[in-house]
Amino acid sequence: MTSTEQASTTRPMIEFRDVTKTYDGGQPAVDSLTMDIERGKITVFVGPSGCGKTTSLRMINRMVEPTSGRILLDGQDVAEQKAAELRRSMGYVMQSSGLMPHRTVLDNIATVPRLNGVARSTARARAKELLDVVGLAPELGRRYPGQLSGGQQQRVGVARALAADPPVLLMDEPFSAVDPVVRAELQSELIRLQRDLAKTIVFVTHDIDEATILGDRVAVFAVGGRLAQFADPEEILRAPVDDFVAGFVGRDRGFRHLSFQEGEDVTIHPIETIETGRLADPSVTVNSPWTLLVDAEGRPHGWVPEATRESVTSQADAVPGGSLYTRGDSLRRALDASLSSPSGLGVTVDDDGRVVGVVRAAEVFELIEAGRLDRGRANYNTAV
Amino acid sequence: MDYSSSNLFVQMGEWLSDPENWSGSRGIPMRIAEHLGYVGLTMLLALAIAVPLGLYVGHTGKGRVLIVSGVGILRALPTLGMVFLFALLFSRGVLPAVWALVLLAVPPVLSGIYAGVSSVNRTVVDAARSMGLTEWQILTRVELPNGLQVMLGGVRAGVLQVVATATVVAYAKADGLGVFLVEGTQINDNGRLFGGAVVIAAVAIAVDGVMALLQRFAISPGLRTTRPVARSQQESGRQEAVASAQGGTT
Ligand SMILES: Nc1ncnc2c1ncn2[C@@H]1O[C@H](COP(=O)(O)OP(=O)(O)O)[C@@H](O)[C@H]1O
Ligand SMILES: [Mg+2]
Repeated sequence: MTSTEQASTTRPMIEFRDVTKTYDGGQPAVDSLTMDIERGKITVFVGPSGCGKTTSLRMINRMVEPTSGRILLDGQDVAEQKAAELRRSMGYVMQSSGLMPHRTVLDNIATVPRLNGVARSTARARAKELLDVVGLAPELGRRYPGQLSGGQQQRVGVARALAADPPVLLMDEPFSAVDPVVRAELQSELIRLQRDLAKTIVFVTHDIDEATILGDRVAVFAVGGRLAQFADPEEILRAPVDDFVAGFVGRDRGFRHLSFQEGEDVTIHPIETIETGRLADPSVTVNSPWTLLVDAEGRPHGWVPEATRESVTSQADAVPGGSLYTRGDSLRRALDASLSSPSGLGVTVDDDGRVVGVVRAAEVFELIEAGRLDRGRANYNTAV
Repeated sequence: MDYSSSNLFVQMGEWLSDPENWSGSRGIPMRIAEHLGYVGLTMLLALAIAVPLGLYVGHTGKGRVLIVSGVGILRALPTLGMVFLFALLFSRGVLPAVWALVLLAVPPVLSGIYAGVSSVNRTVVDAARSMGLTEWQILTRVELPNGLQVMLGGVRAGVLQVVATATVVAYAKADGLGVFLVEGTQINDNGRLFGGAVVIAAVAIAVDGVMALLQRFAISPGLRTTRPVARSQQESGRQEAVASAQGGTT
């Protein structure tokens, strides 16, 4: 008994073993796929449209049957399990929410627990909790899916997939149909959720940015259902294995790669500030070319240039700032903050959004260069 | 019956307003009850045949061609002709007439049920299957409630046709509202003939109204609210909060 338990905690959650799927008479949609999907991690399938991502995903819960090969879930061949039961053990979220239009949001979320025989009142109570988990107001529970926005529907879709607390979540382009602002929000909430839940998530997307943001591991699929590269997102960006992956990852990969370089070491310089309440008083002068405007809590609200101090009498007159760099965030954020700032100084804040200082683009570049040297040395060492 | 005028409408009005025609076992209320009894029996049989068949074909997609051509053939059959054919082939009495009516009711009901299942958004069905609903659960908990509007439309059309055509029973047995038509023709009583026709029309309208109400109340409110609500206050509020938390502008 103990030996199997041990085996099941160390072995991958999902194993593809030489899996091929050929739809009627065509080219293989998935070609000899062998890969291990780690327990408790987000594994992203990414690649251009039609390269077999959805097919691969749907073979896990037997919505598609492989032509040959085996898929193991926790060591068990999925083909030997009852399809309906297997599917209930995995949450499934798709691009269009697929919510049942005739049921209220709460009843939609409660679907799988109800199928598993949980009493209606218990299932609804759990559904209410989940509304909160996915960041929806309780009163939305009584609405019907048709009365929700696209982003809200996707949240309900995620809640529904989580309802029976399955160890595995399958997500097929769940955020592709919502606008970019909502998408970014949903992505960061998924990361937040995953921190607590530690589910084994298989996430399909065609967006390399989304893949590198979310994935602990990224599988790049190429046309014809070939797995081109399966690695950490950092490695995919830094060292694409072939021209296909390099081309897919795109021109900005150098910049994207900075997301994986920690900004711990970047120097934070002090900056002179002026409080919003004191702007109207002309006797308060500023003494450096760019002075940062902050409110009483120390949160940034734009810049006051020395040259035009007299004309800035309220917050509305200040020069709008660039993006913010939260201390400790990646070098990409640090670089963006400094490059987008009108003063060339990247405003740096703590976790509560209070100003702690500024970073300079030139110094961020120095760190990038230093990192490159370190990696070069490491590669040299492993090569020797 | 003696009429005060030879005008068709006057005769019809006089027949309809004669209290004698509204009482007894041969009166209008009794005939309506008989008529509706036959309609009910016919519909029970038609539903028993068409609902399982329509659900099966709609859900599995198997035998779609058979259904479409079968429905076409059934629709081409003359009901009165079938009454006589069944009477000759099988038995006397009302059953041949009822079966002929069943043949009339099956096509609209069958195509309604089939179309109802087909009308359900395939994405919703796919999502339901992916979550682990069995095929039976998909049929009963997803396809049936979501296709109900269209399905009841088919049933309603069937009921309406049967109400109007159940007069054929009178050719087999002196029952139902058809009796007024048969008698009216036989004894050349135009008041009775057209009065009877008006009663049939009124009954048809009333039954259709009841069906319409049923259709209204049987449908989930979620399927009536198609109004896509713009992003709620709450969500846009959250977005702003997140946007600023995620590195908005200084
Ligand atoms: N049900 C199906 N029947 C036939 N061909 C299919 C079916 N589903 C997908 N395909 C084909 O298989 C290939 C891979 O599709 P899919 O897995 O959906 O790719 P992706 O999700 O990466 O866009 C495509 O060429 C697609 O046309
Ligand atoms: Mg796809």
